[in-house]
Amino acid sequence: MSVLIIAEHDNKSLKPATLNTVTAATQIDADVHVLVVGFECQTVVEQASQVAGVSKVLVADNAAYEHQLAENVSKLVVEIAGDYGHILAPATTTGKNTLPRVAALLNVAQLSDVIKVESADTFVRPIYAGNAIATVKTTDPVKVLTVRATGFDAAASTGGSAERQVLSQVIASDRSRFVKEQLAESDRPELTAANVIISGGRGMGNGDNFKLLEGIADKLGAAIGASRAAVDAGFVPNDLQVGQTGKTVAPDLYIAVGISGAIQHLAGMKDSKVIVAINKDEDAPIFQVADYGLVADLFDAVPELEKSL
Amino acid sequence: MKILVSVKRVIDYNVKVRVKSDQSAVDLTNVKMSMNPFCEIAVEEAIRLKEKGVASEVVVVSVGSKSCQETLRTAMALGADRAIQVEAEDGLDSLSVAKLIAKVAQEEAADLVIMGKQAIDSDNNQTGQMVAALLDYPQATFASEIVIENGEAQVTREIDGGLQTLAITLPAVVTTDLRLNEPRFASLPNIMKAKKKPLDVKTSADLGVEVGSNVSIVSVTPPPQRAGGIKVGSVAELVDKLKNEAKVVS
Ligand SMILES: Cc1cc2nc3c(=O)[nH]c(=O)nc-3n(C[C@H](O)[C@H](O)[C@H](O)COP(=O)(O)OP(=O)(O)OC[C@H]3O[C@@H](n4cnc5c(N)ncnc54)[C@H](O)[C@@H]3O)c2cc1C
Repeated sequence: MSVLIIAEHDNKSLKPATLNTVTAATQIDADVHVLVVGFECQTVVEQASQVAGVSKVLVADNAAYEHQLAENVSKLVVEIAGDYGHILAPATTTGKNTLPRVAALLNVAQLSDVIKVESADTFVRPIYAGNAIATVKTTDPVKVLTVRATGFDAAASTGGSAERQVLSQVIASDRSRFVKEQLAESDRPELTAANVIISGGRGMGNGDNFKLLEGIADKLGAAIGASRAAVDAGFVPNDLQVGQTGKTVAPDLYIAVGISGAIQHLAGMKDSKVIVAINKDEDAPIFQVADYGLVADLFDAVPELEKSL
Repeated sequence: MKILVSVKRVIDYNVKVRVKSDQSAVDLTNVKMSMNPFCEIAVEEAIRLKEKGVASEVVVVSVGSKSCQETLRTAMALGADRAIQVEAEDGLDSLSVAKLIAKVAQEEAADLVIMGKQAIDSDNNQTGQMVAALLDYPQATFASEIVIENGEAQVTREIDGGLQTLAITLPAVVTTDLRLNEPRFASLPNIMKAKKKPLDVKTSADLGVEVGSNVSIVSVTPPPQRAGGIKVGSVAELVDKLKNEAKVVS
């Protein structure tokens, strides 16, 4: 049976995590459909139709879906679920918000943060902040999974030519209403899609000092991340948090500055290809996962690093 | 307004996790257990709503073996009024737990259900959403602020792109994120008082809920270990390594 993917998008563009999810889906079944639920989201539909490996794009374009409220999207997905053996979404805050609702309405389990497809019914996922890896098998008639982007390569964004189907159902809950949004504006790459990330922790001391990281980020085309402690202290906004309960990243290069390396932080970044740690405490646990550790005061090392890049 | 808060007993977040040698599960023998940190935040928020006069009663529920009564007592020491243990094997699947909690929420006629966004053992991040779906309630997940007004909860949510505010009508389910509040510690007198607060025990049969899941564990293994790296002596050496050895910087 076919696989359905709920596209991650903001009505303007298809988010990269969808491409990794397509790769996971093609490992389950060759027939992969993508559902775009949104409002005035035609460019997203165009982009989704071109993704290699996608045979069909379903479109539900209505004002009721503008903010992809879980109450509405889940019921829409359940209406079409009968055609599918698997329903997938990227393990983003949107996917995690919606997919458990879908599973509960279908009376089946939902497997979170899948990092590997063993077969059409057996999947691998991290538990305990990535300190254990569970392989689980499900005999549910519909298998509902969120997919962790770092576990799968991105499918090619072009080369496909999917057919399109318009869904006319409009499901509009009158019990949930969008009020406002404060989205981070940044010219830098998205944290979860960046090839290079430089993250700051409590050691940065305050929010102003995060400017020290910007020079390096500019030179390397990097995204800026943070530990929970830096977010809790108000140095930077929540969307920068990397870790067990924040974002999971796996860039080619991750530079941790003034971060001790708590397991909850490591859970979000230890699959990075190369890890650099700058910390003045030579016993900081971050050095146990770092390929290159520099024991130094960050206020000396970071400006010097910026100059030498 | 009545608030139902769910709490889960999990491995303490400071404990180093070890996998059993037969690869069946994580080893929990003689390991320190605590209330899941996101559930602590949920309890704290409910108590604050009661202290503000918004809520009149805070009921806590936990699904698990007898040992979760300890977690329920902790929640009552923090300020919850009474507790319900739903007796079940530990590690029950999320959907079964959600069905049990949904039933308790219905029986209690709770106006608001506050739950942690995820438990730090199974890292599922799904039970709250499932409870909401089963009851056909609106939901606001990953909350960093909750304001109750005119039968509505205005909830600010931590999302990947930043913050989003939703207004949901009660009854509803809210799940907590880290920035919602900083939980208090229980005082000794309150710990003593909590011992006398009511704690009901129910079974899934009492609630008329059938539990069970089609998911089975094939194996639980330790994660691949990173090979240890080296310490560099200077920024110049670091840059040289990044350019010429790792080749991640040009
Ligand atoms: C339920 C739960 C979920 C969590 N989720 C996450 C998560 O998703 N992500 C996350 O990151 N954390 C998470 N945490 C928190 C985690 O346990 C740690 O508290 C946090 O990661 C610590 O952040 P930090 O390394 O910045 O701060 P600290 O541990 O305080 O470390 C600061 C480091 O900076 C160094 N330093 C200080 N000054 C300087 C200087 N001038 N130069 C160089 N180095 C300096 C110090 O040596 C120290 O190693 C979670 C915790 C819980 C309980």
